[in-house]
Amino acid sequence: MMPKITAKNLTNDELFYGHKACGGCGESLAVRLAMKILGERTFASLPAGCMSAVSFIYPNMAFKTNAIITPFASTGAVAAGVAAGLKALGIENTYSVGFAGDGGTADIGLQALSGAIDRGDQIIYFCNDNEAYMNTGIQKSGLTPYGTRTTTSPAGENLPGSVTTKKNMFEIVAAHDIAYAATASVGYLEDYMMKVEKAKSVKGTSYIHILAPCPTGWGTPSEITISLAKEAVDCGLWYLAEYENGEFKLNKDPKAFTPVADYVKKQGRFKHLTETDIEHLETQRDKKWLKMRRDWNK
Amino acid sequence: MNKPKMKSFTEPKTVTDYPLGATCPSDHITSINAGWRTYRPVIDQEKCVLCMRCFLVCPDGVIDKSSDRLEIDYDFCKGCGVCAYECKPKAIKMVKEAEFNG
Repeated sequence: MMPKITAKNLTNDELFYGHKACGGCGESLAVRLAMKILGERTFASLPAGCMSAVSFIYPNMAFKTNAIITPFASTGAVAAGVAAGLKALGIENTYSVGFAGDGGTADIGLQALSGAIDRGDQIIYFCNDNEAYMNTGIQKSGLTPYGTRTTTSPAGENLPGSVTTKKNMFEIVAAHDIAYAATASVGYLEDYMMKVEKAKSVKGTSYIHILAPCPTGWGTPSEITISLAKEAVDCGLWYLAEYENGEFKLNKDPKAFTPVADYVKKQGRFKHLTETDIEHLETQRDKKWLKMRRDWNK
Repeated sequence: MNKPKMKSFTEPKTVTDYPLGATCPSDHITSINAGWRTYRPVIDQEKCVLCMRCFLVCPDGVIDKSSDRLEIDYDFCKGCGVCAYECKPKAIKMVKEAEFNG
């Protein structure tokens, strides 16, 4: 049994500091904590996206470790290359990690990630999911949920915002029979940190998908980032799960969900949603949970 | 305080002053983020129970827990208010910056 990581025993050293992310950015918190747990001997690969845009502003460099900006489509490939290089040079006790956004993972970087998992490369891949292309000004991505207003899926008389649903990235990755995959939320940080710690000792590829609210893109006050990410899990629109040894495991199975309406009405991107749209979200949620509760271990 | 420190930087004057190639030193921060703030978090040390919740949830990692009381690095705090919102004993107050700068 691994020792539990809490706020008290987490290192005080910062490896991701002085970055220019918006105030209250959930994604930067996910990267910050992951770097703390992985430690100084980490090689980070970041594609175009918020996290590279806020940390590599010449002459600023917010990472205290080695980090590189990759072409947009190749986070998985670059991280795999770094891992291969480390192995060839005989540099041990290191981690090669990728930090990509939702678009960089589910749309543009999908084949590079798929290739890395297929080869079983020794990398840890983080998908920091803020549910749209935030860095370029909030465009819809494959992980944008139904009913989200973005600049490329505007809400109006004819459309409720995004009409597509969130791509099921976690199960797409699991379908590769990956060594370790997990979903997390910045609302449940102890759970997230435990999963990062677990990924450190995995032989093969690990994938951690973390839901990270974006105050700018979601139209929320900056201080509610953490509580909103918690509410996303509590209302059932996001879930905490793991996949290892060919088995799915549901980490949190709430007895009753909090109302979806309370969650969506806090956010500017969902402000236009009608009761019918919210019912649609609830139907989708119930369908998903019915399957998860039936088929997955608890 | 073991947080990364700000480095001094002189603007390159000619093109030859720019770094050659694509590599730069890591942990190289040349400007602070304090100017972003409208509200400043202030810790009431009497009320603080050292649960470290604020240290954990700070997206910028500006809360230092190395001494026996928590300290905020105001050079890099952006004033997002996550710490105050998440603080259970309500030991962190968001105070308007204008009150400090006159």
